[in-house]
Amino acid sequence: MVDVAFPPNRVAGAGGTRKRSSLRTALKRKSTTAFLMTLPLILLIVILVIYPAFFSLHLATLNKSMQRFVGLGNFEFLFKRDTFWLVVKQSCIFALTAVFFKALIGFIVAHFVHNIPAKGQRKWRGMLLVPWVIPPAMSTLAWLWLFDPSYSAFNYTLSFFGVGPIPWTGDAAWARFSVILVNIWVGAPFFMIMYLAALKSVPDQLYEAAAIDGANWWQRIWYVTLPMMRNIIAITTLFSLIVTFANFDIVRILTAGGPLDHTHIFATWAFRVGIEGSDVPLGASVSLFMLPILAIAAIFILRDINKRGNEA
Amino acid sequence: MSTATIDKAAPTRKVKYGSMSRDRTWALRWSYFFLALFAMFSLLPPLYMLITSLKSSAEISAATNPWWVFHPTLSNYIEILTSNQFLRFFWNSAMVSIFVVTITMLISVPAAFALARMRFWGSATLATGVFLTYLIPETLLFLPLFKMFAAFGEFTGIPLINRWYVLLIVYPTLTVPFCTWIMIGYFASIPKELDEAAVIDGASWFQTLTRIFIPVAFPGIIAATIFAFTVSWAQFLYPLVFTTSIDQLVLPVGIITTLIKGDVFNWGQIMTGALLGAAPPLIIYAFLMDYYIAGLTAGATKG
Repeated sequence: MVDVAFPPNRVAGAGGTRKRSSLRTALKRKSTTAFLMTLPLILLIVILVIYPAFFSLHLATLNKSMQRFVGLGNFEFLFKRDTFWLVVKQSCIFALTAVFFKALIGFIVAHFVHNIPAKGQRKWRGMLLVPWVIPPAMSTLAWLWLFDPSYSAFNYTLSFFGVGPIPWTGDAAWARFSVILVNIWVGAPFFMIMYLAALKSVPDQLYEAAAIDGANWWQRIWYVTLPMMRNIIAITTLFSLIVTFANFDIVRILTAGGPLDHTHIFATWAFRVGIEGSDVPLGASVSLFMLPILAIAAIFILRDINKRGNEA
Repeated sequence: MSTATIDKAAPTRKVKYGSMSRDRTWALRWSYFFLALFAMFSLLPPLYMLITSLKSSAEISAATNPWWVFHPTLSNYIEILTSNQFLRFFWNSAMVSIFVVTITMLISVPAAFALARMRFWGSATLATGVFLTYLIPETLLFLPLFKMFAAFGEFTGIPLINRWYVLLIVYPTLTVPFCTWIMIGYFASIPKELDEAAVIDGASWFQTLTRIFIPVAFPGIIAATIFAFTVSWAQFLYPLVFTTSIDQLVLPVGIITTLIKGDVFNWGQIMTGALLGAAPPLIIYAFLMDYYIAGLTAGATKG
């Protein structure tokens, strides 16, 4: 269909010399134009994403002054340090707990929004999405101020209930709780919006059929809602797992990894080692530990895309 | 919906219907109650920013109720908005974001058009690749990029580290893959008949793009623009790594590095700065919420 428009151009091109015409026809060809249109995108990805990704593999095998090849020396060094294992543990605790609660809260809130009359939904959705809109660096500052040890608004309020001053960012366990809480606050609206979109796409007839069969609310969720939302739950969880594992802003601003490195996750520790400690190769080695989760995500997504291709 | 069906099926069982509707009312009340609770949780930090920004330093350090402003003052706003430093950060942020949005759209719209409509060798693989690139976090790339830019500066004599324009090079890596991805979705949903009609009328590919695709997929373009702007306005790691001089900083990094001096926190000013820094995305969101949400959901549901 599309090629119909092009023969005139080819005829015009044939008028010139042999060499020029072949160049001109090449330029007129659809695939050449398409390739030129995607060229900036390809260059951007190759130069600024793929090359640095492989460069960081290379960096990880160099010594601190980047003049000597040390093979796996950086990793050997990391494995012997307690701080590294602390970071691994905290990254896993942080990402898994935060994603679980983000998904749970998102699911619950999406149901509440879906429950109320359609007229008021927009207003509630608007308010609930605000945490996602504010730049995380700015909102984390507000949390830092809410958590402040001496003038803390939280501790002031809790003192009325007889709960003693809580060292929100000063004590290891509380600091871990605080960074997770802020992460949940920032990320839950994303889940809420995704689940709300998914809930709206579940046909009402399914719920009616379930109601006629005598299903209670729990059975309706378990046998109708969850299976219908399986795909969207999987993909949002995967997304969020990657983003949470790679989080930087919240931990950096709220605790900067303290107290005693107990809240460091891969990204903040890589920054501490690589930029502040100016040992770039060691920092690159640390950040490479985010790759496994990425690889798992890539496999799942590729499988999903292939499956879709077969269905179509 | 379900109550209506039951009503029709069993019009005589009034009692049953009544209890269903009472259940429904209670469910509704509980929904509103929990929604109010969650909304309070969501809006607490921004509200607290606002409360603190209206207080004087004396009131902040006094042992009064922190949730209320007893002597509202605009002194923090006046101080922040007349400080050249803050205006400089704001200006840097605005400039970087606007340039990045332009660059992003110039790269991603033609690329998405080509990937959605003009099949060529490797186009399907490239589309998948774009999506996978979006998943690579910036925290994995900042160290190699730092070394690359330093080496580039030594090699060519063009300094990239500690210049605001380095951000124009790195931000597109965060925005372009996602914007391309959602634009592919929007372009693919345009019926083929439209561009076939255009080609029959003698339109070139460029004309098909500018006359047909961009106007029809305009909501998608707005959504992508908003996304690119929000990301480049909020980005924190790259400016923290690549820029250090006061006059090169963007807003988030500027507020954190200059207003926090050692252990002295001037909370009134920090909260004012944070609120002003959060204002542009919030204002855009207030007016274009539906596009914002469309962009957010398009990225994942079409994945």
